[in-house]
Amino acid sequence: MTNSLEDLEQAACILVIGSNTTEAHPIVGLRIKKAVMKNDCKLIVAEPRRIRLCYYADQWIRQMPGTDVALLNGMMNVILSEGLADEEFIRERTEGFEEFKKIIEQYPPERATEICGVRPEEIRRAARTFASAPSAAIVYAMGITQHSHGVDNVISLANLAMLTGNVGKVGAGVNPLRGQNNVQGACDMGCLPNVFPGYQAVTDSQAREKFERAWGVERLPETPGLTLMEMTDAASRGEVEVLYIMGENPVISDPDVAHLKEALEGLNFLVVQDIFLTETAAYADVVLPAASFAEKEGTFTNTDRRVQRVRKAVEPPGEAREDSWIIAQVAARMGYNMGDISAPSVMEEIAGLTPSYAGISYRRLEELGELRWPCPSPDHPGTPILHVEKFTRGKGKFSPVEYRPPAEVPDDEYPLILTTGRVLLHYHTGSMTRRVQALHELDPENQVWVNPADAGRLGIQSGEEVGVESRRAAIKVRAKVTERVPKGIVFIPFHFGESPANALTNTALDPVAKIPELKVAAVRIIAGPDKDKLSFVRA
Amino acid sequence: MKHISLTIDGIEVITTPGRTILEAAAEAGIRIPTLCYDPRLEPYGSCRVCLVEVEGQGRGFLPACATPADEDMVVRTDTEKLRGIRRTIIELLLSDHPNDCMTCESAGNCELQDLAYEYGVRKPRFQGEQHHHEAIVDNPIIERDYNKCVLCGRCVRICREVQGVGVYDFANRGFEAVPGTPYNRPLTETPCEFCGQCVSTCPTGAIVSIPSKGKGRSWQVRKVRTTCAYCGCGCQIDLHVRDGRIVDVSSPLMVGPGEGNHCAKGRYGYGFVHHSDRLTTPLVRKEGELVPATWEEALGLVADRISKAVKEQGPDSVAFLASARCTNEENYLFQKLARAVVGTNNVDHCARL
Repeated sequence: MTNSLEDLEQAACILVIGSNTTEAHPIVGLRIKKAVMKNDCKLIVAEPRRIRLCYYADQWIRQMPGTDVALLNGMMNVILSEGLADEEFIRERTEGFEEFKKIIEQYPPERATEICGVRPEEIRRAARTFASAPSAAIVYAMGITQHSHGVDNVISLANLAMLTGNVGKVGAGVNPLRGQNNVQGACDMGCLPNVFPGYQAVTDSQAREKFERAWGVERLPETPGLTLMEMTDAASRGEVEVLYIMGENPVISDPDVAHLKEALEGLNFLVVQDIFLTETAAYADVVLPAASFAEKEGTFTNTDRRVQRVRKAVEPPGEAREDSWIIAQVAARMGYNMGDISAPSVMEEIAGLTPSYAGISYRRLEELGELRWPCPSPDHPGTPILHVEKFTRGKGKFSPVEYRPPAEVPDDEYPLILTTGRVLLHYHTGSMTRRVQALHELDPENQVWVNPADAGRLGIQSGEEVGVESRRAAIKVRAKVTERVPKGIVFIPFHFGESPANALTNTALDPVAKIPELKVAAVRIIAGPDKDKLSFVRA
Repeated sequence: MKHISLTIDGIEVITTPGRTILEAAAEAGIRIPTLCYDPRLEPYGSCRVCLVEVEGQGRGFLPACATPADEDMVVRTDTEKLRGIRRTIIELLLSDHPNDCMTCESAGNCELQDLAYEYGVRKPRFQGEQHHHEAIVDNPIIERDYNKCVLCGRCVRICREVQGVGVYDFANRGFEAVPGTPYNRPLTETPCEFCGQCVSTCPTGAIVSIPSKGKGRSWQVRKVRTTCAYCGCGCQIDLHVRDGRIVDVSSPLMVGPGEGNHCAKGRYGYGFVHHSDRLTTPLVRKEGELVPATWEEALGLVADRISKAVKEQGPDSVAFLASARCTNEENYLFQKLARAVVGTNNVDHCARL
C-alpha cells in the first residue's frame, strides 16, 4: 500500500476494485465502512459480484470479469474530456502524459461500455465522483492482479491515481491489499527470483558483491531464477529435479491442478515443510514438520508495510521445529554455517543488508510495537505514506495501456465465466480454517454460485450437486442459486480440496508478473444424471 | 494545537479540545468507572455509572463519557454522593442478575463484577422480579444469555457503528427489553459475520464465545501478544494460553492495525494449532509410503539429494518455494539457503496466488 490503513478513513472517495474487502480483509473493510458511515466518504465498488461493500457504496459498477482496463480507460477519458484532471500534479510530478493521452482518447465511455458492460452514464458518474473528490484512494486485491493482463490493470490504476493527483497525500494512494499475513514480508526478504532482500536486483553486480561479502560466498548467481509457475513448467520438462517447498500448498492454490500434479510427480525429489500433511505434502519424498505462528519468535510485515512481532506462546507438537532451525540444519549438512539464527540476530543481519529495513530492530519493535518501511536508520520513525515528495524513480510515469481480453472467453462449448476467490470464514487453501471446528460447522462445504437465470436455464436448484467443467478438468460441487453473481458468471471459492476450484482455472500468465489468470476461465455446468459421466478431480 | 485546561479531583489537567471528561481524566491517570463505555464506540451515556460532579452545571451530575471537557471546568469524580449514586445503580442492576459468578464464563473479565467488588455490593437492597431467559445457543461461536444483560447497548452499537452490520437492536420495551436479532432469528439466519465483536464488548457474561467456554479464567491464562496469522491486515492479537494450549484469542484495545477490532478468522481461527492432524515427526517416503523418520535421517536425505542435483545437473536444477505464512527471518534464511548455499535464484513464493 502506498498509504496506511488509518489513512483510508480520511479519504473523501474510495474506489474498491477487485477486492471483496469485508470477507478477505475484514479489518480493512471496517476502515472503509467507517469512512463511509462517519466521514461521508463516497465509495465506488467496481465488482461483478454483489459483495457486502455494495451496500455501503455510493455507486456499484458491475463490470464483466477481465475488463477493468476498458472501464478505467473509459473513466480516465471522461476525466480528461471534462477537464477534471489534476494538471499541476501531471506537470510537476509525472512524465509520459502526452502519449498516455493519445491512447485514453481512444476510449470514450461508449466504447468502454461495449467491452465492460457498464453503461456510459455510470462510467461518467464514477469518473466525476473520483476526480472531483479532494482525496481519493484506490483499494484493490487479487481481482485486479490475477489476470493475464494483471500488470496492465495495476498500471491503469496508477495512471488514474496520477491523473487525479491522488499520490503522496493523506486519504489517497494506490493500495493493494496483501492476501496473506506475510506475503509483503516474503517479497521484502527477497523470496522472489530476481531480487535480494529489499528489492536489490540479482543482476546488479554491486548488490551481488555486497551479499557475497556478507554471506561469505565467492559467487552468487547473477541471472534471475524461475517464478513459481515457471518452476512447474520446468519440472514437467525435467529441468528442475528437486523442489523444496516451505509452508505452501500449491496443489490447492495454483491453477490447473492436473498439470501441477504431473509436475510434482515428475520431480526427482520433493521436500515439503509444513504444519500439516497438506494436499501438496502428500506428494513429497520428505516431509519436515514445522512450528506454527504461535510456536516461534519473528516478525511479519503487513499490507501497509508495518513490521510487527510474532511471539512464541506454546511449544510445537512432538518433534516439530521452527522453520529457521530446519533451514539452518539443511545448510549445515551442505557445509554452510548459518551462525546465530535466533530471530533478533537474523533481523540484525537483514537490517544490515536491506536499506528499507536498516532502522528496524527487535529493541525498537519492543518499544514501538511497529515500524513501517522504508525505515532507513535507527532513529527513523518509519514511513506511513510513500511517494510524498517524489516517486521512487523520480517522476511518475504514465504508461498507456490498451485493453486486452482475458486468455479464455466464454463460447458455445463453455458458455459461463468462472471467477474464484475467498469466503469470510475460510482462508486460502483451507489447511488451517477447515480444521477449526466452529468455522467448519458454519461453512462446511464448497458451493458454486449461479445466477437464477442461468440456474433456471440449466434446471438447477440451490443445494443440488452439479458438475462444473472447464477445458482442464471437472469438479463436483453443490449449487447456490443467488443474484449475487450476474447472469453468465459463476463463482467458486478455492478453499476446498474435495472440489478444488483451481482444477478448473487457467494457467495463462501475465507476461511480466507471471501471475496466473485465476479470475477468468470459461466453464460449463452439467446438471442431472449427465454429470455422472464426468470424471471429477479432487486435490 | 490549542489546549484546554481543567481541574479534575484537584489536579490541573491539560487536554485537547474534543476530548471527553472521561478521556481527559484517563490521560491524567484518573480512572472513572464505566459500564456502557468502549473506546471503539461513540459516547452513549446510558448507564450513568460514570457520572461526575461538575461545578456550576445545573444539578451538577454529568456523564463523563459523553461530556466534552471544557476550559476551566472543575470536575470531581469520587465524592460520597457519586459513590452513593453508583452504588444504587449497581444494586439495581444486580437485583435482576443471576449472580452465578462461580460458573459464569466472564468472571474475572466482567465489568459488573468489578463494579460490585469496588463498591462493595454483596447483596442488593432491592428485591423484584427477575428474568429467566433460556441461554441462546443457535450457532457454534456466540452464546447469548439475556439474564446477564445490563442493556448497555454495546453489542447493538458495535455491530452497527463498527461492523456496519446491525444484527442486534433492542427488542420489546421496559422490563422485557433485550438486544435481539430481527424476529428473534438465529444468528446463522442474520447477516452476522461471527466476528465476535459483540462478545469482546459485552461488559458481562451475556454474550460469550462458545469455543473458549470453561477453558480458562482470565487469571488462569497467560496472554501472549502476537500478530494474526491470517490475511495481510496484521492485526495484533493476544493468545490466551493455559497449560501450554491456546484457549482463546482477544484483541488489545486501540493497538495495531485492528485497534481492538477483529474478524471471525482472527478471533476464532486458532483451533488448528492444537489439531491432531499436526505433523509431529519428519516423514520419509519408503516403498511408496510416507513413514516416520528421525530428523537426522530426513535432514541428511534432503541435504544429500540437493547436493547430488547441484553436482550432477547444476544449482538451477533445484528450486525453492518460500512461504507467505512464515516470518521475515525464516524467509530471509530460506532465500539465503537457495542463493548462498545452493547457488540458485530459483526462489519464489505464492505472492501471485
